Amino acid sequence: MTYVPLGFTELAIAASLILINALISLVFRLNLERMLLVATLRMVGQLAAVGLVLKLVFDTTSPWVTLAVGLFMAAVAGFEAASRLERPYAGWQAYGLGASTLLVTGLLASLFVTFAVVGPQPWYQPRVLLPILGMVLGNALTGVSLVLDTMSDVAARERGAIEGRLALGATRFEAFEAVIARALRTGLMPIVNAMAAAGVVALPGMMTGQILAGVEPIEAAKYQIMILFVIAGSTALAVIATALGAVFLLTDDRHRLRLDRLTTAG
Amino acid sequence: MLRIDKLKAGRLPPLSFEVADGECLSIEGPSGAGKSLLLRAIADLDPASGHVFLDGGERREISAAAWRRQVRYCSAEPVWWTQTPRGSFPDGVFEGTGSTGRGSRLDRVMRSLDVNPALLDQPVATLSTGERQRLALVRGLSDEPKAILFDEPTGSLDSVSAGLVEELIKFLLLSGRNIVLVSHDPRQIERLAHTRLQLAQAVVARVEGRAA
Repeated sequence: MTYVPLGFTELAIAASLILINALISLVFRLNLERMLLVATLRMVGQLAAVGLVLKLVFDTTSPWVTLAVGLFMAAVAGFEAASRLERPYAGWQAYGLGASTLLVTGLLASLFVTFAVVGPQPWYQPRVLLPILGMVLGNALTGVSLVLDTMSDVAARERGAIEGRLALGATRFEAFEAVIARALRTGLMPIVNAMAAAGVVALPGMMTGQILAGVEPIEAAKYQIMILFVIAGSTALAVIATALGAVFLLTDDRHRLRLDRLTTAG
Repeated sequence: MLRIDKLKAGRLPPLSFEVADGECLSIEGPSGAGKSLLLRAIADLDPASGHVFLDGGERREISAAAWRRQVRYCSAEPVWWTQTPRGSFPDGVFEGTGSTGRGSRLDRVMRSLDVNPALLDQPVATLSTGERQRLALVRGLSDEPKAILFDEPTGSLDSVSAGLVEELIKFLLLSGRNIVLVSHDPRQIERLAHTRLQLAQAVVARVEGRAA
């Protein structure tokens, strides 16, 4: 293993690249300097903070600390998944749905990896569990967000078709069949694309990191394949659970379409 | 017997009325008075307090799907969710009827509305507005609901087709169905309705009756 440690001098050199962006913004009067500065500072601050927190968590190796960090990550992911929707859901339920599906699928996937594949000692080893949870959550988050967005958007646009089916005696799941299919397709598209393009178009981040850290490319590829399987499986679970859950958000116990549960403010 | 007891649909005051078997009740009122809202509430498509009974059973006693199979809302603007009309019909209504459904009850309904069964397999986009509306009426009646809530059933039909629809409604009344009819045509209401419910623009509503 030949691991090249980064010094602060090297980081400073890399940081100078951001000056090119600033220069472009100045020359073309894009007025992006402020946003660029904020974004750069946030990126550095957040990553530095994460590094420090992870170091602390890794050093303690306590199952409770690991669990707490995992819960926090899932909660943030759930909140992000239900934010910025075209037609947001009223109330907190969409956030709850996003967070709970992400938490359950994220935990299932990470536990599957730690128990069945990697098998670290002890099993709650945060060094293994948390990065995998993070990768799973990050990808499932995209799927969940797309599903929530598609479900509310299509339900509002296809109101006539959904209510037409309900009026003919369909249950809410029968009436939402086409909406669910569309949402699942949309939600699964990114991970399918990612698998199809993996390695050819872009070297996945984890594999890049492993190779930079001196791991044999074959070994890195094997790890990456496993990770993609886990991500695909967990994203599929999260996407399906979210789509079914969204049907409950958009209908009531008498199988009525309840578009009044969407807010118009976007 | 379709019995509506203190049903509160939208901004309308609580309404109570009955539609006996073989009886047609019309709902009249200016646009925006809540006619469609009332029909939707009876079909349990919108939340509404109060009770609706069909032959003694309240809507909440059975599943929503089962209720809407018996109490059918026929929308003024029918929607098709498949390429051709056939796929948008309720499950199983074509069973045992062959490809065109020749000789079946469904076929009789289609013929009574002058709907060519071949239209079932033509792209919806190529059908005329009138054909779509008549096909939607066939669809709404295809699984034989007990109570039928017609929302402007002849709204986009010429007078000949409208006459066919009225004949069909009379036939449904003879077979003991409970019919609620929203129509803008006072003469049609005169011809079909036994009881008339008038909704005012404001919050006042009253029921006028004449013997069925």
